[in-house]
Amino acid sequence: SYRISSDGKPAKFQPPPKPVIIDKQKQKEERRFLSPEFIPPRGRTDPLKFYMERKDMIQRRKVFNIPEFYVGHILAVTTANPYASEKASRFVGICIQRGGKGLGATFVLRNVIEDQGVEICYELYNPQIQAIEVLKLEKRLDDNLMYLRDALPEYSTFDVNMKPVSRLDHEEVPVNKLQVRMKPKPWSKRWERPKFNIKGIKFELPEKKMKEAQKWSQPWLEFDMLREYDTSKIEEKIWKEVSEELKK
Amino acid sequence: SVTGACQAIQKLTRVRVVDNSALGNTPYHRPPKCIHVYNKNGVGKVGDTILLAIKGEKKKALIVGHKMPGPAMTPRFDSNNVVLIEDNGNPIGTRIKTPIPYILRRREGQFSKVLAIARNFV
Repeated sequence: SYRISSDGKPAKFQPPPKPVIIDKQKQKEERRFLSPEFIPPRGRTDPLKFYMERKDMIQRRKVFNIPEFYVGHILAVTTANPYASEKASRFVGICIQRGGKGLGATFVLRNVIEDQGVEICYELYNPQIQAIEVLKLEKRLDDNLMYLRDALPEYSTFDVNMKPVSRLDHEEVPVNKLQVRMKPKPWSKRWERPKFNIKGIKFELPEKKMKEAQKWSQPWLEFDMLREYDTSKIEEKIWKEVSEELKK
Repeated sequence: SVTGACQAIQKLTRVRVVDNSALGNTPYHRPPKCIHVYNKNGVGKVGDTILLAIKGEKKKALIVGHKMPGPAMTPRFDSNNVVLIEDNGNPIGTRIKTPIPYILRRREGQFSKVLAIARNFV
């Protein structure tokens, strides 16, 4: 039997549309996050040292869950403290910097409590840390938010009792394109200079000052071949190693 | 130069008084400054006593936080905070609103009265 279209002529057979199968397991595999402290720094050290450190890091991660987080996330860290009530102290803050490689990897959390700015540098693999919770997932325009020290305090205040914002569990981590307003100069560093390459500040300086700051730009740096450090292959190897070990 | 780079609180650092004492909170045309640190080296960290010059008077004070980064897992404050103290260790104010690091609790015997008036700990 053939179908008849509105013209009266028999219509060409059109097969049904192919079903789109969304394999959720496959989607999760595509999303990879390798914590930056796994990538060894550039140098002439024996790779055995990094291998041994990685083994210890994976051991710690099997016992204690370190979630995926970037600079700009709001975290709550509970540490074991003999001097605190109930022996545990909790600190909520925005991650402004992630530094160090290997077991000495650190991250700095900042918050403003009672009009006083407080920053604590936590070591990721320190056994005193009992829990790390991600309260809000939000990447910012920069890798280093040290300029928040010279910004208005409202940009660094976060409620200590805030509830964790629900995670969508999709692929992308949302980027907050917030432009922060600064306190009047002098600042701790000259953030307008191109060396810092900050995109997250709303500079309200006169154009003359901005042009003067560009005098210190070094446009040849991005073409400098001796400074290149391509980590893609190293990352692939380490990712395979780490993911296999963690699955065991 | 002859002296090495000094950090945290030393002689002539301007300091912020954090308790609610009258001496610390009444405005004066000069900020409170440190004139001596009771230490072998002239550098004051959290938990050290210093001598302050406030409103033309000399007063002892306890350092409760400084701008210099300390050991990991300890807080770093955005201002050099200080609590006014008598010679016997009794605080002059009655309340401390700003957060105080937990490390001070180690010397509970010396600073028990200061820790008793503190509200927030970090």
